[in-house]
Amino acid sequence: MTNDKIIIVKDMLKKFGDFVANDHLNFDVHRGEIFGFLGANGAGKTTAMKILTGLSKPSSGEITVAGYDVYKSGDTIKRNIGYMSQKFSLYEDLTIAENIRLFGGIYGLSRKEIKKRSAKILTQLGIEDMANKLVGSLPLGWKQKIAFSVAIVHDPAIVFLDEPTSGVDPITRRQFWDLIYDAAQRGITIFVTTHYMDEAEYCDRVAILVDGKMIALDSPQQMKKAYKKQNMNDVFVELARGKRFFEKAPNNK
Amino acid sequence: MKRFIGLLQKEFLHIFRDVRTIMILFGMPVVQILIFGYVIKNEVSEVDIAVLDYSRDETTIALKNKLEASGYFNILYELQSPKEIHEHFKEGKIKEVIVFPKGFSEKLTQGKSPSVQLILDATDPNYAQIVGQYTEAICLDFGLQESQIISQSSGISIQNRMFFNEKMESSYLFVPGTMAFILMLLSALMSSVSIAREKEFGSMEILLVSPLKPIQVVLGKVMPYVILAFANAVSVILVGNLVFGVPIEGSMLLLMLASVIFVFTALALGIMISTISNNQLTAMMMSMFVLMLPTMLLSGFIFPIENMPVFLQWLSTIIPARWYLDIIKIIMLKGGGMAFIWQQLLILIGMFVVFIGISVKNYKIRLE
Repeated sequence: MTNDKIIIVKDMLKKFGDFVANDHLNFDVHRGEIFGFLGANGAGKTTAMKILTGLSKPSSGEITVAGYDVYKSGDTIKRNIGYMSQKFSLYEDLTIAENIRLFGGIYGLSRKEIKKRSAKILTQLGIEDMANKLVGSLPLGWKQKIAFSVAIVHDPAIVFLDEPTSGVDPITRRQFWDLIYDAAQRGITIFVTTHYMDEAEYCDRVAILVDGKMIALDSPQQMKKAYKKQNMNDVFVELARGKRFFEKAPNNK
Repeated sequence: MKRFIGLLQKEFLHIFRDVRTIMILFGMPVVQILIFGYVIKNEVSEVDIAVLDYSRDETTIALKNKLEASGYFNILYELQSPKEIHEHFKEGKIKEVIVFPKGFSEKLTQGKSPSVQLILDATDPNYAQIVGQYTEAICLDFGLQESQIISQSSGISIQNRMFFNEKMESSYLFVPGTMAFILMLLSALMSSVSIAREKEFGSMEILLVSPLKPIQVVLGKVMPYVILAFANAVSVILVGNLVFGVPIEGSMLLLMLASVIFVFTALALGIMISTISNNQLTAMMMSMFVLMLPTMLLSGFIFPIENMPVFLQWLSTIIPARWYLDIIKIIMLKGGGMAFIWQQLLILIGMFVVFIGISVKNYKIRLE
């Protein structure tokens, strides 16, 4: 049963002083699925992802990633995951090839293996002739695509994407998602945070966070049906507004 | 280990791709030592002075010749009356007026000591003091010679001998000072800025999510700077030795060992700064104010610690460069061995431990 649950989160709580960033979250992620974390800025998406990737420690709760406990086996987890953050794509003053070589090396791939995988990445993206170009000279959309390929260069069980497509246009986002589907087909579980509602539509299942609480978790189709909305944007607005209204109501007397 | 080497390679690529960094890393030490060595000098040479001579006898002429022949002074005017003194000082061309009283020669032959008045332009008090001391020294020396020849009567004469720096060369002070400064700057500033850069661009997260241990990440960042700082230490010593003739009396090996320990202390300080700054600018400003100025002003590099107010003397004990400067002076100028520097070395090592401890604590707080 745990076999097809690659991430298990029970009662995850994260506090910064009095501020509750993650308020008793409960969810599972199935092996091979594309799991979306949806919420406005400050809703607690990045905090949750930091805990799952070992960058931050939870205040309390039981969390298992790739079959290992985050408290005890942080190092083992790190070998089994990939990560791409919103701020960073790649080292700008290194070439594409050097970036791939660096991260391949950090994840312990042999030189031969790195060569093979570099060639594969370059072919897949159709940029064989750009291997020795500095990353800094590329447009943002390209950087993000390469960064994603680099994040999964070591074939991790799960890849965590923290708002991977922020700042690019919908067409480039769509191309980026083609890469994500491709990786998912190879059996890599995708855990992605976003605040773009069109991206939410591409996920298998979506969790919606508002002010640190998870207020919905289902497939986009089910959500749209349940709330009788045309698209995820309307679902989100409805949920977020409802939550806010509900919270404020007692004080408004 | 292989993972770690990849990280090192990357750091060197960063350094060598960035032309500005390269210029700072390799150009600055040499430029700085040349500037300090040539421009900031405590000794005087060819100072323009004036003389008001009421005697005009052979003795005063001989003394004037001796002053000029020393190479330190250049007699620009022979004044006729005391009224001119002020004018010439106002003009600013001369720094000193020497007044010889009437009957200079007779007094000297009679065994009485004639007095010489020195009037100095003290708008720059340090300089005036030095000029005064030089003049005094030449006059005393002259008086001694003359009195010995003429009357054989010898009074008490004071003869100074400057140990470890006989010629009072200021480069003897500036080369060790510059070494301390350069090593501090490179190690602490560059490493704190380069770590802060990773934090600023978010790449630090990527490295920390990877299987690399945090300690490996930090070592990978700072190791290249250890190597560069070391290369620079050697080049500063060489320039000091070959261009300015600063001796290396003690063991080169010990000097290198002490330098490595100092570099590690400075790096630990850089790491500590990087744990409390989130971007390059903050790291740079903190390094500037926390490290650069105190290293310049409180280490004894430019101003002697003994002359500072007690509070600042006390403050100077927490400046790593103060102890390192002590060590290199002992090794380079006095030829002292381990027996003379172990205390300073221990202090540096203690500082290293404290800085690393604080960094680790800060890092843990950030995780929680």
